[in-house]
Amino acid sequence: MTSTAPAQRRPARFRPALPSTLTRASGLGLGISMLWFSLLVLIPLCAVVVTASEGGWSNFWRAITNAQTRSAIVLTLEAAVAVTAVNVVVGTVIAWVLVRDRFPGKGVLEVVIDIPFALPTIVAGLVLLSLYGKDDSPLGINVANSGASVYLAFLFVTLPFVVRMVQPVLEELDLEVEEAAASLGASRFTTFRRVILPSLVPAITAGAALSFARAVGEYGSLVLLSGNLPFTSEVASVRILSAIENDNPEAAASIATLLLLVSLATIVVLDLLQRRISDRG
Amino acid sequence: MSIEVAGVSKRFGDFVALDDVDLSIPTGQLTALLGPSGGGKTTLLRIIAGLETADSGSVVIEGADTTGVPVQKRNVGFVFQHYAAFKHLSVRRNVAFGLEIRKRPKAEVEAKVDELLRLVHLEQFADRRPSQLSGGQRQRMALARALAIEPSVLLLDEPFGALDAKVRKELRDWLRRLHDEMHVTTVFVTHDQEEALEVADSIVVINDGRIEQVGTPDDLYDKPASDFVLSFLGPVTTLGDHLVRPHDIEISRYEQAAVTVGTITRWTRIGFEVRLEVTPEDARQPGPVLVSLTRTDATALGLHEGDRVWLRLRPGAS
Repeated sequence: MTSTAPAQRRPARFRPALPSTLTRASGLGLGISMLWFSLLVLIPLCAVVVTASEGGWSNFWRAITNAQTRSAIVLTLEAAVAVTAVNVVVGTVIAWVLVRDRFPGKGVLEVVIDIPFALPTIVAGLVLLSLYGKDDSPLGINVANSGASVYLAFLFVTLPFVVRMVQPVLEELDLEVEEAAASLGASRFTTFRRVILPSLVPAITAGAALSFARAVGEYGSLVLLSGNLPFTSEVASVRILSAIENDNPEAAASIATLLLLVSLATIVVLDLLQRRISDRG
Repeated sequence: MSIEVAGVSKRFGDFVALDDVDLSIPTGQLTALLGPSGGGKTTLLRIIAGLETADSGSVVIEGADTTGVPVQKRNVGFVFQHYAAFKHLSVRRNVAFGLEIRKRPKAEVEAKVDELLRLVHLEQFADRRPSQLSGGQRQRMALARALAIEPSVLLLDEPFGALDAKVRKELRDWLRRLHDEMHVTTVFVTHDQEEALEVADSIVVINDGRIEQVGTPDDLYDKPASDFVLSFLGPVTTLGDHLVRPHDIEISRYEQAAVTVGTITRWTRIGFEVRLEVTPEDARQPGPVLVSLTRTDATALGLHEGDRVWLRLRPGAS
């Protein structure tokens, strides 16, 4: 009580600060986390933004509006959005099946879901190439060197995200809540839409954000299959690499900064969307 | 008769939950299904609600055969032990749920919800989330939500089982008063004999998937149909060859025509009540006899631990 009393006497323009719960030990913990976070994340991110801004606004603009670069960025974002939308639906369905249904081979499926996650991306690329590649596709499907290969690679590597986010939440859901909805007259569909879905939305959103971010930065799994053809199957990450190879770090940093901003914006938008949907019910 | 259950059986694998159960529950009454856990009482309630389907038999509610009717169409109010609140909705929207699904006009929903919130004393919490309510408040919200659809019967599954003793007692009294106001046919499941005796108009004792006895609380307490009902509806002890209630035993320090003579070996005081254990001198008695009496009586009789006492059945007790 004594700590809040003087805070109330302060002029209104000072917001009374939340009382700190830091002890000496937890202060040390906070210090270590901040240092770690800064060294690994904040400082490199700043370095990228600084490099991008070195050439000034016009150079940044020129780098990202270069026709070939723009085409790569558009393809990357389009594919990432589409793949994320697919994952939201399919991932939720897979999670539902894994939690609610009992069938032979369920344990195997549980493990298989994580393979895209566990596989080194270049190995994933090889797998995709051998299945859907140009010369010897056993399936007779050939998507090599086309835009479709980008979608395919994205779908492959982002599959687990929504599933793994939704699954634990679904497991925790109380079956009695669904029975309560049914006893009040709600059909299966109404119960899903008005009771189950609102509880899943935060998890779906988190999965979607991860899936989108992963897709935007994907490199290893698609380079082999896509062929990196300018204006057809070249993605942003490949553009960044070629900018570096051409000794143009400013252009590389510019594209990276743009991707960074887009990813940040996506996370913010998804979070706002999620709040609105779960409030509405 | 509001609910007619005829020949209902239900098995879960090898386990027989209900074995050919017949039961009539009269309109407008508050009925308790009482029995030990695993006895089948919750299963019976869930079959009446339509949350579970019986293997055989029929359920008739208010004259309509509902045996094959899904829970959505039965118009029953169901209250769960752990509230089953819609966590993402406010208290108001929780109560309104059934009416919103029925696409009732907004003004009507608002009016009905306000009325129900007043009834369960939650007006000031209307815009809170269920997580901001106490257990007792959540259960009252669940009750208002079930009542909103104007159910033909209200079914409660161990409604106060998750609450602490004091709140449980309050809600019990409150449910009784609510029922006296609303007169909706109500069935509640409980394993607590005190709860059943205190609240219910009639009690159905269920054990091992079968109905042991149906009757008013007084009937069951005074004229139990079996030793099971006797022992389930309150404390019992063996005096001579009979199972009797400990408070039906007359105890005296002076020689009298008695069934058993023994020594007071244990003395426990619980509030106004004194519970004694009397170890009989007759070796044929299986164990100590329990005697309970008020503190005043114990003092008046001048009883002490270690006293030699004479026990007999109080005149008039069965």
